[in-house]
Amino acid sequence: MIKYLLVFVALIGMCIVFYPLVEDFGTLTQLNPLAESYVKGSITDLNMPNTVTAVVVTYRGLDTLGEVTVLFLATAGVGFLLRRKQTHAAHRKAGTEFLRTGADFLSPLIIIFGIYIFTHGHLSPGGGFQGGVVIASSILLLVMANASFRFSHALLHFSESLSGAAYVVMGLLGLLLLGAASFLDPRYLPGGVYLSLFSAGAVPLIYSFIGFKVGAELSSVIDSMHEEGGE
Amino acid sequence: MPDLMALILLVLLSLIAALYAIFTKKTLNAVIASGIISLSASIIFLIYGAPDVAMTEATIGAGLTTVVFLYALKQTKGGEDD
Amino acid sequence: MLILIGGILLIIAGIWAMLTKKNLIRIIIGFSIVDTGTNLIIVSLGYIKNATAPIIDTAIKTQTDPHTGLKILTKIVDPIPSALVLTAIVIGLAVTALMLSYAIRLYKVHGSLNIDDYEEFKW
Repeated sequence: MIKYLLVFVALIGMCIVFYPLVEDFGTLTQLNPLAESYVKGSITDLNMPNTVTAVVVTYRGLDTLGEVTVLFLATAGVGFLLRRKQTHAAHRKAGTEFLRTGADFLSPLIIIFGIYIFTHGHLSPGGGFQGGVVIASSILLLVMANASFRFSHALLHFSESLSGAAYVVMGLLGLLLLGAASFLDPRYLPGGVYLSLFSAGAVPLIYSFIGFKVGAELSSVIDSMHEEGGE
Repeated sequence: MPDLMALILLVLLSLIAALYAIFTKKTLNAVIASGIISLSASIIFLIYGAPDVAMTEATIGAGLTTVVFLYALKQTKGGEDD
Repeated sequence: MLILIGGILLIIAGIWAMLTKKNLIRIIIGFSIVDTGTNLIIVSLGYIKNATAPIIDTAIKTQTDPHTGLKILTKIVDPIPSALVLTAIVIGLAVTALMLSYAIRLYKVHGSLNIDDYEEFKW
């Protein structure tokens, strides 16, 4: 009984912690000055329609670098804990015929859709993370459908490390070519025409590398967890 | 003006799914309920004018998180009842 | 305001699940619910009345002068909370996958998913 009483006290405490947030909450009618300067800078300086991409890649670029690092650490941890033994192809169950036919038809379309999402990240809603997750889901479909779908783990690790290194090199290129205090500044490539594909500096290239890296990492997580059920 | 009825229905759906995920006996039902919470949160993000967040939450929350939970349930011999 | 209260109730439901359940996978489901509730609270703080998505397309651009930008500012939603929640969702997935692989390892070594059987790990 004392345990339920303590749990109840803890939940009431959480309500009291959140109460000041609810008390003076009023729906705003105008953007605050920081958001105003980011939106103006995104239209005039960077020539990019999608302001959320401008904030994620340029103005808060270090946060994105930290997030990519956290994803890499989590993938390394999962790969270390669930070490794969060699499973024979005969022991893995094949999918039904419906699943196999559907996977053969749909997987290239899903991969092309993912590539479309992260190359057009600066023009419409989307970007590197969404495109990478879509690519990983098509790899999941292939893994579930065929019994003898083998991954070359060396290729996954190589492409993931290459994409991560390329992302940091593009940031350093900004530092080298534009002077001091401009790490991850994408203005060293030409601005281009508004709303065309090759515009907004180096942002499409940066988002493409992030998309490849996220897709390779999540495919590696799915492949680590798919081994035989411990028989 | 976001549709108030749609928002009230979605918030009620997510709260009912959260209560169901706590009080049910089988773990498989709780995993599907957590997928329903992520799906209704994704629609709420879309109504509130944040399409990037809605896309990310729909693919990751209602897609990959449910799949990872189901893999974990398969490898631990389908968790026992609570 | 409605979404703010909904997010707070989801956080409280998730913490309740984390505190009173015995199965390890139920505790991890509670953690995922807390994550979703937190993201709902952050997005609800950036909403502006009668405003639309922050993508400056030709539709919004023709209504105003793009170099003073005065009328744009009352018609788009704040883009900064969207960028922060984007990061938070992906990190939530990574931490959930890592916790589940810990649970799988514990099951393979000790053979039980009930948290009462791990009494000797408490200090």
